[in-house]
Amino acid sequence: MISWLPLAEAPVPEGGLFDFDATLPLMAIQVVILTFILNKLFFQPVGKVVEEREGFVATSHKGAKERLAQVQRLEQDLKAQLQKARQDAQVVITAAEDEVATLHQAALAEAKAEANKQREQARASIEADCSKADAVLVEESRRLADLIIERLVAI
Amino acid sequence: MLLQTLLPLAESLPVSDPELMVEETHGLEIGQHFYWHLGQLDLHGQIFLSSWILIGALLSIVVVGTRRMGRRPAGLQNLLEFLWDYIRNLSREQIGEAAYRDWMPFIGTLFLFIFFCNWGGALVPWRLVRLPSGELGAPTGDINTTVALALLVSLAYFYAGLSRKGLRYFEYYVEPTPIMLPFKIVEDFTKPLSLSFRLFGNIMADELTVSVLVLLLPLFVPLPMMFLGLFTSAIQALIFATLAAYYIGEAVHEEHA
Repeated sequence: MISWLPLAEAPVPEGGLFDFDATLPLMAIQVVILTFILNKLFFQPVGKVVEEREGFVATSHKGAKERLAQVQRLEQDLKAQLQKARQDAQVVITAAEDEVATLHQAALAEAKAEANKQREQARASIEADCSKADAVLVEESRRLADLIIERLVAI
Repeated sequence: MLLQTLLPLAESLPVSDPELMVEETHGLEIGQHFYWHLGQLDLHGQIFLSSWILIGALLSIVVVGTRRMGRRPAGLQNLLEFLWDYIRNLSREQIGEAAYRDWMPFIGTLFLFIFFCNWGGALVPWRLVRLPSGELGAPTGDINTTVALALLVSLAYFYAGLSRKGLRYFEYYVEPTPIMLPFKIVEDFTKPLSLSFRLFGNIMADELTVSVLVLLLPLFVPLPMMFLGLFTSAIQALIFATLAAYYIGEAVHEEHA
């Protein structure tokens, strides 16, 4: 243990609140040395870590923003494609509906014409039958009349 | 734990006069110092002893905290990063974006050293260590320490101004008008004076108040004053660091007239 008290050899200063002595410059030197030590041990390493993290966060943020922008662009793109596909589908549907309607009309008209034709034929045949039957009836009645007349004449 | 390390030291210290010891440990000691002699020079040993202990504490926190630093902070690294960020904001606000990086370690050291000295002086039970003369306490409660710090600040801002602007630094004395010249010259003397006496006065007065209260009413009554002392101590460290940064900022400030 070092003896810190060679008090006996030197005169003891009086002391006091405002007792300036070599403490002042030595304390100043001590603080300057402390500044260099803290700079090496504290400010530089912690600063490096903090700034690295700040850089990491900044780049990550930027990357995320870029990716978000890309996602939004893709979404826009897909939306446009979807819109176009819907329009195309609508066109196809409308065309198909039109076609179906046309076909329907045509088929209906054809069927009506066929029905009319058959009706006409049927009427024509009925009329022919009628006139034939008329003629037969007329012939029959004439024959009957002749018979009646013959009978009457014979009486 | 600190007590255990301090106690053997207390026992090993040579005691010259036991009667004086008893009297001193129960009384008020103002302006008594534990002198070391270095050749022709007198030193206040108690200031160096306590400052070494507190610097040791500060450095061990720093060393332990910076041992395994990662991108994701854990444990002490959080505290150190908080302190670093706090000091960076302080110096950036006062000194400005251009020059704050050069001065941040100095401002930070001032802040941490004064803060540790103030709080260490208030929180560590120094009385357990008996010195033959004087007593251990906050190193900032000694005028030598505060004047040393204040003179360092003066040197720092002169150096900052001259190294950044060369002789144009002295334009600062005649801006905005040459009428300011005497005031600005007086300011160079009042700045270190006010810095050192503010810190010294606050810490000294706080220790004195607490000692007097302890002497009169040892239980509970000094506690509010002690809490107030902790508050003042922190504020004083902040004020000293902020003013130092402000003076440096003033010296490196460029007029864009």
